[in-house]
Amino acid sequence: MPLIKNKQIVADTWQYVGDEAAIPADGGVIVSLARWQAERSVLVGRNAPLGIRLKSDESAEAIADDLPRFDVVALEFPTFKDGRPYSTVRLLRERHHYTGELRAVGDILRDQLQFMRRCGFDAFEFADETAAEKAISAFDEIEAVYQTAADWRRSAAMIRTDTANAFLNGTCG
Amino acid sequence: MYLYDTIDQSLVDQRVEQFRGQVRRRMAGELSEDEFKPLRLMNGLYLQLHAYMLRVAIPYGTLSSHQMRKLAHIAQRYDKGYGHFTTRQNLQFNWPKLEETPDILAELADVQMHALQTSGNCIRNVTADQYAGAAADEVADPRITAEVVRQWSTLHPEFSFLPRKFKIAVTGSSRDRAAVRVHDIGLVVKRDEAGAIGYQVIVGGGLGRTPMIGATVRDFLPKRHLLSYLEAILRVYNQAGRRDNMYKARIKILVHALGAEEFIRRVEAEWEAIRDSAVDLPAGEHDRIATFFAPPRFEALPNNDGEFARYRLEDREFAQWARTNVAPHKQLGYAIANISLKPEGGIPGDATTEQMNAIAAIAERFSFGEIRVTHEQNLVLPHVRQADLYGVWQTLKSHDLATPNLGLISDIIACPGMDYCSLANARSIPLAQDISKRFADLRRQHDIGELKVKISGCINACGHHHVGHIGLLGVDRKGEEYYQITLGGSADENTNLGKIVGPAVPYDKVGSAIETITNTYIGLRADGESFLDTYRRVGNDPFKETLYAAH
Amino acid sequence: MAMQVISANRLVDGLVVYMTGGGGWSERIADAQAVTGKEVGEVAMAAARVAEEARIIVEPYLIDIDESSGERRPTRYRELIRAKGPTVRLDIGKQAEL
Ligand code: SF4
Repeated sequence: MPLIKNKQIVADTWQYVGDEAAIPADGGVIVSLARWQAERSVLVGRNAPLGIRLKSDESAEAIADDLPRFDVVALEFPTFKDGRPYSTVRLLRERHHYTGELRAVGDILRDQLQFMRRCGFDAFEFADETAAEKAISAFDEIEAVYQTAADWRRSAAMIRTDTANAFLNGTCG
Repeated sequence: MYLYDTIDQSLVDQRVEQFRGQVRRRMAGELSEDEFKPLRLMNGLYLQLHAYMLRVAIPYGTLSSHQMRKLAHIAQRYDKGYGHFTTRQNLQFNWPKLEETPDILAELADVQMHALQTSGNCIRNVTADQYAGAAADEVADPRITAEVVRQWSTLHPEFSFLPRKFKIAVTGSSRDRAAVRVHDIGLVVKRDEAGAIGYQVIVGGGLGRTPMIGATVRDFLPKRHLLSYLEAILRVYNQAGRRDNMYKARIKILVHALGAEEFIRRVEAEWEAIRDSAVDLPAGEHDRIATFFAPPRFEALPNNDGEFARYRLEDREFAQWARTNVAPHKQLGYAIANISLKPEGGIPGDATTEQMNAIAAIAERFSFGEIRVTHEQNLVLPHVRQADLYGVWQTLKSHDLATPNLGLISDIIACPGMDYCSLANARSIPLAQDISKRFADLRRQHDIGELKVKISGCINACGHHHVGHIGLLGVDRKGEEYYQITLGGSADENTNLGKIVGPAVPYDKVGSAIETITNTYIGLRADGESFLDTYRRVGNDPFKETLYAAH
Repeated sequence: MAMQVISANRLVDGLVVYMTGGGGWSERIADAQAVTGKEVGEVAMAAARVAEEARIIVEPYLIDIDESSGERRPTRYRELIRAKGPTVRLDIGKQAEL
């Protein structure tokens, strides 16, 4: 499926492996939380890149201790209205300091991308190429933000305080 | 009033263009109605019974004359010459065209307004005490907090797809005019013994299908922690709130299911992890926002202005209005003037273009250009010199805006009901019109005294019927409009939910039922007892007897 | 058997419209094509969904009507209000234009 990373469509090198399917000997695979919990030792011994996929009701805490083992964590939106992954992804980035790829999968639509990126997602899986292409411009529609979040953008309040301080320190021209 | 800086302005401007693009994509067929609906709702655009409806946010009910004129202009140019002020301090236009909505939003952005988050499962437009900055009983100005919350909640990346809508209300007085106990979060701004500002935090109140009174989760939260604490509450709710059943998705159900204690434990645990992060405002920003709410340049005036007293003696009609519609101001020589949007036989909350323009002009001349919207669907001129009250009243009167009925039986809250709303079971407005005509005699209204009638056209309770002294709820009985009557509700600091008094009554029997209820009260009341006092003393039974004996 | 017509809201302005015999849409219920019976109703609904796909209208559905008084009226009160306009503002809506 087309994948957006860094505002570009890139090739997806990962493969999802269903819970019943055999795990290929090499290449990156993404497995479910259930499979990870059941076949942990096999997966660790495999010596190839590993990713995990969480459903929207599975929490960041469930994988917190194992995060260094995953190169990708995919969070599933069963429908775009299910907002739980927004919290999960922030916790992974901000609380558990996960630095690997955080991928949004499932019902991914253009108009939610701005929120997803702010919360820490850096890869977005689309159902088709045209939709993905048209979605890229959605990242830059609104520049100002009022909150601090996992994208480390400076909030309106921070910018205002900076400006005020610069003024007081005389560096403001 | 708060004024946008370039950051605030760029956000609403770009949001308008974003919506323009969404409308274009809908028209071009790139978005289906299913995909477009949540997008338009995020901008307050509904599809109602007759047409689209645009709900414009009036943050914490504060409007300038300039903004009011813009609303009047939009009503004239894009709608049918009127607007409807709602119980959430918003304004609804009933007839906008989809293709013109982006232009309407651009016009709003010109005067620092928007329709952001007036619908959808997000943090809705924050509401506050309409007397903020003016009330004699105010401890601290709730608008500062409300503006802080408005900014934080605007396009919040994590909380734009919550299990259900989320409403926050703020008050800064001991008298609660913002109904904070029936909101998802209610904040009471207060001072501790050392005089420092903080909040009582109330969570899990709400009306609707399962009305509940909120639980206090914090007695005193220091001011600087507000946003991290709110973020902790919302995060617990976003993760644990039910998503399988929309009728059980509000935070009140979660608080109830977990129990207040467990809910608080989870919130506190989450808060511990984020309390010293950058979520809270940097030092200085709160003060920057606060400066916008500094008191206007009041004149040093004596209290009880002589002219004001003289006109009250000379003009009985004015005296009557002053008695009901004028409230004490914290500044000597000033007063708060309420504009009733409930004329006899009128539509509660509706104002015409002409009236909006007139109010804008009066506010400009006599109230530092400020207007407030109340959750009881009236307007307020917050800072009027006592000496000017007579002139203000005369002008209001010439625009049919001086009905002296604030808090009386004809000051009715009514949701749009089946006349406009696609979710309604029954009409609300005609009942309000009928009641206000039956009780048109002002002496009779005064004799009955304070009595709040609140009407909702369906269980969504936009008309707050649960907290009406008399509440009316429209129900559908085999295609006929029936109304369930509740008694004894109240939305103030002693919040109570009304009790159903008996079987629902048909549309044409409601007026006489209200008469029976008020007559019963008059027969039972002790000296000086209000309707609510009497009700609390005697309970439902005497009312039930007279009501159902008569039918 | 109950007579029905198809109603919807027009996409561009949201106004209440009714499907006519030619597959068009009219603001007046009098212009609507009446259908009787489940199957005929389904055929008409299929045509309405085509119009929805074509972005002319949104949310089409069948409503019951009654013509026994000589005038065509929806049987449900809600639909009567949609066909005429708000009962509290007789000066606006379709009722004002009739
Ligand atoms: S209470 Fe029901 S009928 Fe009234 S406005 Fe709300 S949703 Fe509509």
